[in-house]
Amino acid sequence: MILFLSDIIVPLIFIIVISHALLKKIDVFGSFLEGAKIGLETVFTVFPTLVGLLVAVGILRGSGFLEFLGRILSPFTEAFGLPYEIAQLSLMRLFSAAAARGLQLDIFETHGPDSYLGLIASVIMSSTETVFYIMSVYFASVKISSTKYTLKAAILVNLIGVVVSILIIKYFFGASL
Amino acid sequence: MLTYIWSIMIILGIIFSILTGGISQITTTTIDSAEAATTLVIQMIGIICMWMGLMRIAENSGLINQLSIKLAPLLNFLFPELKGNSKILNYIATNLIANALGLGWAATPAGILAMKEMQKLAEDKKTATKSMCMFMILNMSFLQLISVTVLADRAAAGSVDAAIVIGPGIIVTTITTIVAIIVAKAYERSNEEKIAKNKKLKSTLLFRKGD
Repeated sequence: MILFLSDIIVPLIFIIVISHALLKKIDVFGSFLEGAKIGLETVFTVFPTLVGLLVAVGILRGSGFLEFLGRILSPFTEAFGLPYEIAQLSLMRLFSAAAARGLQLDIFETHGPDSYLGLIASVIMSSTETVFYIMSVYFASVKISSTKYTLKAAILVNLIGVVVSILIIKYFFGASL
Repeated sequence: MLTYIWSIMIILGIIFSILTGGISQITTTTIDSAEAATTLVIQMIGIICMWMGLMRIAENSGLINQLSIKLAPLLNFLFPELKGNSKILNYIATNLIANALGLGWAATPAGILAMKEMQKLAEDKKTATKSMCMFMILNMSFLQLISVTVLADRAAAGSVDAAIVIGPGIIVTTITTIVAIIVAKAYERSNEEKIAKNKKLKSTLLFRKGD
């Protein structure tokens, strides 16, 4: 049902937007072209940020530092009921969606998608965001260098999201796992 | 802030590679990453143009305006300084709705336009405004009703019931959205208090000097 919903959502948006515009008698295709051109400009604005960011994330990821940090922190995180794999996944999720997805697939393969870790990983992946990526792209697009409390707040909210994910999975599936 | 994070990521990564003996791969990694950025952008161009085109249609027909009027009570609470500025609120509404529907590619351009419009109102062009901070914090934790990639990955990994995580996922994302709003508002307040305190301190110092 939900998978069906996600299949029809994009076509549905097209139908609604276009038929509404036709009813309002605006220049539909002209508007589309106007927007698409702004889209092109947006992509070019974002490109330099993207290059800088992917290179930095690539170096950090390739160095194995995040795995190392996850391992060092694991005695503490596990004391709080946060398994090592999940700690590492949440840490990676802040920097790179693709790398976090790789870790998620590892968890699915080793423990299974319906295991305790598999379920937590799925919920974390669908309810958290790539903080550094989003912040860089958006703030760089308007050339803002002082982001005030945004990073602190985002990381705090992210951490709470991870904890809540674990608690919810324990609550829903605790008996069957 | 971003300058430091970016530099630390690179320097830390390189030093760690030297220590662990992985330095030989760093050159390849940097070049591969830069190349990956190009591939990503090429992929992005078409999709973003398509969404922006569609968004322009919905903007010109007044559809987005109707949506953002429905969201007005929430938006006015979150962004009191933007009250009545329908252009920015429309972009923010589009961004949040696209986010909720799991359409990341549609969310980004609307979000960037929202930031650009907010920047026009800012007095200090280098520092994030209250609304920008709220928008960013919210954006990074906002409701995500459907995450197609996760569901597809679960199904591919042989899950008995791939969609089983949707319910818990929606509960978690609802909670984090509320938490995000509380955290952002709390930081807003403590930041304002800090500024007020500094001003007070400065004026007393000046007063003492003159005394």
